[in-house]
Amino acid sequence: MAESTDRPVSLPRMVATLYGSRIRSQASFRTSFVADVLGQVLIVGTEFLELWVILAQVGVLGGMDLTQVAVVYGLGALAFGTADLFFGEIDGLSNLVRSGKLETLLVRPVPVLLQLSSLDLSLRRIGPIGVGLAMYVTALNLSGFAPGPAELLLAVVAPLAGAAVFGALLTMAGAMQFWLVDGREFANAFTYGGNYVATTPGAVFSLPLRAFFTFVIPATLVAYTPTLALLDLPGPALLPQWSGWLGLPAAAVLWLVAALLWRAGVRRYTGAGG
Amino acid sequence: MSTPEDVPAISLQDLSREYVVRTRRPGRLGRTRGVVRAVDGITLDVAAGESVGFVGANGAGKSTTIKMMTGILQPTGGGLRVLGRSPVPERRQLAREVGVVFGQRSQLWWDLPLRDSYGILAAMHRLTPAQHESRLARLVVGLDLSGFLDRPVRQLSLGQRMRGELAAALLHSPRLVILDEPTIGLDMVSKEGLRRFLRQDRAERGTTLFLTTHDMTDVERLCDRLVVVNSGTVAYDGALDGFREALGAPRELVVDLAEPRREISVPDGVTVMAVEADGIRHRIQFNGGEHKVPALLAHIGAQAEIADLTLGEPAIEDLVREIYARGR
Repeated sequence: MAESTDRPVSLPRMVATLYGSRIRSQASFRTSFVADVLGQVLIVGTEFLELWVILAQVGVLGGMDLTQVAVVYGLGALAFGTADLFFGEIDGLSNLVRSGKLETLLVRPVPVLLQLSSLDLSLRRIGPIGVGLAMYVTALNLSGFAPGPAELLLAVVAPLAGAAVFGALLTMAGAMQFWLVDGREFANAFTYGGNYVATTPGAVFSLPLRAFFTFVIPATLVAYTPTLALLDLPGPALLPQWSGWLGLPAAAVLWLVAALLWRAGVRRYTGAGG
Repeated sequence: MSTPEDVPAISLQDLSREYVVRTRRPGRLGRTRGVVRAVDGITLDVAAGESVGFVGANGAGKSTTIKMMTGILQPTGGGLRVLGRSPVPERRQLAREVGVVFGQRSQLWWDLPLRDSYGILAAMHRLTPAQHESRLARLVVGLDLSGFLDRPVRQLSLGQRMRGELAAALLHSPRLVILDEPTIGLDMVSKEGLRRFLRQDRAERGTTLFLTTHDMTDVERLCDRLVVVNSGTVAYDGALDGFREALGAPRELVVDLAEPRREISVPDGVTVMAVEADGIRHRIQFNGGEHKVPALLAHIGAQAEIADLTLGEPAIEDLVREIYARGR
């Protein structure tokens, strides 16, 4: 033993143990893991190809050229992939409710959300994260990114804030299933729909849609507006360049709502009894 | 840390739980709303260190009561304290002191070696490394886990997995152990192994045990007190000693002899109900309070070679019916 004193497992250690267990259990199926990762990479690649084909025809999409769109796309994919890694399977909550597995989580002294997040950590999502990160960094360089300290900070914070935004959205989608037993599809419309919006230049959307995906589901704040700020581009109506910095506050607000909704959901479950 | 002995481990006061059930009638558009009282005014005090068998037919309200005791379910009437805590608001604090086995659902990590589940649970309960190691060593010996500790849980047999489940519930040395049908589906040997360790562990640590089961032998081996629930209310609450005898529900022993015999002699108070298959099969009824199976078998074995035997127990449903018949 490295430590001479016999201390209880610390909180960070406990969290690391939870996630570590999930990584090990997935590593035990190596072939299917590799196939899964490749499949996920292919999906991300195809989606970008779609944007590329569009741009090859029109040249400019929402006021952005191909490399600029690639920054948006890479940033969005990176943020969504990271959130999906931790909260991606939370939309399977209704299965846990139905099978009674949720009860075994409730009799443990650890928040259910943390248990679910570690239980469902899906390593195959490392594929989209890798592609997103590579695209983000490469496209930033190609588009002549000349950062001051503030821009550099934003370049690092934006993917994290975006991941937090999507994490909160996925958690809300999961929490809704305490009410809607078959609410998976309904919830996915917002999360995966949000992902689609986030990886697209926000200026292409009509004003009402843009407002919805900024003020209700802040998907445009994940990748599009940070890209405007990073590359010093003018924003369209409703989305000034400085709104690129709103990812973090938006994530904070969203997580507050998500936490309340989740708590209400658990309370609803203990009230109704599954 | 320790709460005074006079605080009851479990205190249920007129505890009730209703479910709203919506049923769709054929040929109608709307749904009718009905209320089902799963638990209907249970009052029960369990002292620290006591061991209670909580039995009843399917749907009698056992699982619902356990869910309320563990904070999974909010009561709709009455009140309850478990280890001095209010279960739903203090669910996670309570979880540190209570160990639960749901016989029908696993709480182990399916794809990981059994040993890893204990590492994760030890982390969740924030045990110290020394606590974790010494407790696990005790459980491995007591429940005989060493042969499959490094095998993934999904590859374990049911008997092995249930031993693993029990160890998982006991790892953090809980003061209260709640077992919901822990021996369901197990063979005699596995059942006996579980019971033996539960007795040992209780003797060593003085834990309170609350057990639901359909197997009266579980109750006889593990519990001093029996609570029978029926339709959400307590139908019987008392010492286990002489319970069955007081009800007069006899046990039945069926022996198949190697050689046919027209009759066998049995001790006084024991009745041969029937001789079947031309003297091979003998059906014998006896009172479990007065006669023990080993002595009976020795008595019969002295007269003829026993080829096979089965032991019949009065079903819980029969006991409950009996209790109700007497109550009138």
